Amino acid sequence: MIFVTTGTQAPFNRLVKAMDDIADELGGEEIIVQAAGVDFKTRNLRIVTFLHPAAYNEIFTAARLIVSHAGMGSIVSALTYGKPIIVIPRVASLGEHRNDHQIDGARKMEMLGYVPVAYNERELKEKVLAFVQQKDKGTAASIGRHASGSLTDSIRGFILNT
Amino acid sequence: MKVIAIASVGGHWVQLLRLLPAFEGMEVVFVSTVKSLSTTVSGNKFYYIPDASRWNKLKLLQTFFKALKIVQKEKPNVIITTGAAPGLLTLIAGKILGSKTIWIDSVANAEKLSLSGRIALRIADKTYTQWPDLAGHRIIYAGNILS
Repeated sequence: MIFVTTGTQAPFNRLVKAMDDIADELGGEEIIVQAAGVDFKTRNLRIVTFLHPAAYNEIFTAARLIVSHAGMGSIVSALTYGKPIIVIPRVASLGEHRNDHQIDGARKMEMLGYVPVAYNERELKEKVLAFVQQKDKGTAASIGRHASGSLTDSIRGFILNT
Repeated sequence: MKVIAIASVGGHWVQLLRLLPAFEGMEVVFVSTVKSLSTTVSGNKFYYIPDASRWNKLKLLQTFFKALKIVQKEKPNVIITTGAAPGLLTLIAGKILGSKTIWIDSVANAEKLSLSGRIALRIADKTYTQWPDLAGHRIIYAGNILS
């Protein structure tokens, strides 16, 4: 099963449409999509608008691949669970976000080796198919459960001194 | 020591939960924009706050009044947020009502501080970025949530 997640804030129909098209070549594998504002019929996807945190976690951990907008919720969750993920940033000029911080953030995370990034639908298709055909095992980078100790120590120090 | 920890649903919330070791032994009251998130911090007090963005002034006002109400009731020593707008409004409420305030700019903002972060910089007692390049006058870098 592949889990596609777009966040709850705004529609991201470019991703939904792209995944529906890619799914034609995935031999009927189940694809669950969490997305708001899907205003067209899809052929291959199971769409849910909002998931309770427990259900979200269950699907997230069961999936063999996460395809996501470049939101930090999905990215950090994938890194925490060591789950293969491919992200595609929302683009402000297409009305998908208020600004292009998803592109900036994705580029930086890609540079640091955290996540593979598809910057358009064509790249997304290449990366998803490469993963499914096992040409690319997916970079399942992983991180610990908490922020760096230096950050939590700094915060804690400030709180205790108030 | 009582702390209000507030973040919007999604990445902001995920980042907030990664800061939990900072609050060990303290009373933490959580606030977020989706009620079911209370299940991810069971055992702690949880308040719902309506979401708002700078594009809807009426909603901003509603969120701000809810923030005032929560802070008035809980009287926390410190309020900490990883964003977004409801977190900023709660810091402002805390500033008015006498709490110390901490803004942690989302790790998503890799090229410049978020707009809310730039406002927070003017009012919060501590403002953190998660990217070393963005540290500067009064903007602290001490690591990030990706450890």
